[in-house]
Amino acid sequence: MKALRALIIFVGLVVVWQTIVILTEVPFYILPGPWLVVKALIARSDVLFDHSWVTLSEIILGLLLGTVLGSLSALTLGYFRPARLWLMPILVVSQAIPVFALAPILVLWLGYGMVSKVAMATLIIYFPVTAAFFDGLRRTEPGHLDLAHSMNASRWTTLRYIRIPAALPSFASGLRVATAVAPIGAIVGEWVGSSEGLGFLMLHANGRMQIDVMFAALFILAVMAVTLYYAVDAGLKRLLFWSPESQSIET
Amino acid sequence: MTSIEKHPFSISLRADRLAFGDTLLFEHIEFELSAGKWTCLLGPSGVGKTTLLRLMADLVPDVENVSIKCSDQLPLSGRASYMAQQDLLMPWLSVLENVLLGSTLRKEVQRTERAHELLDLVGLLSSADDLPAKLSGGMRQRAALARTLMEDRPVVLMDEPFSALDAITRVRLQNMASELLQDRTVLLVTHDPLEALRLGDRIHVLSGRPVTLNAPLTPSGSAPRDLHDPEVLKGQADLLEQLAAADQMEVA
Repeated sequence: MKALRALIIFVGLVVVWQTIVILTEVPFYILPGPWLVVKALIARSDVLFDHSWVTLSEIILGLLLGTVLGSLSALTLGYFRPARLWLMPILVVSQAIPVFALAPILVLWLGYGMVSKVAMATLIIYFPVTAAFFDGLRRTEPGHLDLAHSMNASRWTTLRYIRIPAALPSFASGLRVATAVAPIGAIVGEWVGSSEGLGFLMLHANGRMQIDVMFAALFILAVMAVTLYYAVDAGLKRLLFWSPESQSIET
Repeated sequence: MTSIEKHPFSISLRADRLAFGDTLLFEHIEFELSAGKWTCLLGPSGVGKTTLLRLMADLVPDVENVSIKCSDQLPLSGRASYMAQQDLLMPWLSVLENVLLGSTLRKEVQRTERAHELLDLVGLLSSADDLPAKLSGGMRQRAALARTLMEDRPVVLMDEPFSALDAITRVRLQNMASELLQDRTVLLVTHDPLEALRLGDRIHVLSGRPVTLNAPLTPSGSAPRDLHDPEVLKGQADLLEQLAAADQMEVA
């Protein structure tokens, strides 16, 4: 049923798209029709595949690094009080800098290759994960902590067996947001300076009026982002089998 | 039934002065939990019953002027288990894992067999692998009772553990707890005079600000007392009167 609904929505959007193209008689170099994009997808599949692979790797590496670093930060903040007092303000202030503005600097420091894009994606993912997980760690049910105290639990085992599991639903919401924004980091990084990846390909095609290729790249990016989101969502649901909050938006 | 403390000890609490903000809660109060007996604290809500229990359970941070002494001169810490109004089961752990929580938190050997025995005792053996969410309120509180028994401590501190249950389930659980915790030193905080009379060996009514404790009521016979017992019924009327008076003081 869910798959059917998704299919109907997809077909509906394509129909709307085609209708707009026919009705407005917009030239193909402004808005190519779906059929032209499909042709570009097939004709340029080798190029598209190579660049997609680069972007996907950047996103996944960024997601992994951002999640690991974000979780470690949240745990540090949650476990050590001094860390909370000193690092929390820095963390909050750091968010006042738009990450996009850092992209040129990252490219300057880390080069044109994948590293600067992974760094960009990592930065974008880091904050939502840290903030959400830390928030979850702070909000442990006080009764559960009382119980742990009465059972002579150490601070560490309380964290390990009670606070972390209890914070996982919050962590999951952070990770869902992070997964949704991760592609932005990679693409912006590629726009600022790169020689490969879908962002690069889009700029490159744009410069040569290959708007159909641009749209093909955009289509792949969308499919990639949606697939990644649902994969992460499914993984999180499995991890949080016990939580009523683990129901995600579409259910 | 369960391994019982060889040398039961009594516990005395003395609070010279305890204030939260501008509110002076306790001043020069003393009370005692007799060894192997159930002591009940009754009183209007907000009077400080739970605070007294939490002091005993070492759950009030940064207190001064309060001393807790055990008759065997050993500290109480680590010898009391805690049961709250909420079952406090971890929703991500199965019932069995919840019963074993204490040993997990202390990194001790998991005595799964013993946990199974206790689950059997409270009638939850067939739910051992279920998540708490699948259980009814009464079953959840029984699981909490099994977890308390698993800790096997001589002192049990209970903060209105049955108050969220429906009447029938409550009576059943009272009987079960009374039987299973028979020889332990128990502190039961409750707002239900009938519960105190059915289960308690000594019943204190708390009232006023700062709090005063009345002389304990000591119902005869052994718990759990019968609901038809005339003494229980008369006691209930008396206690209700005292509670109403205490409530009046609160308002004044």
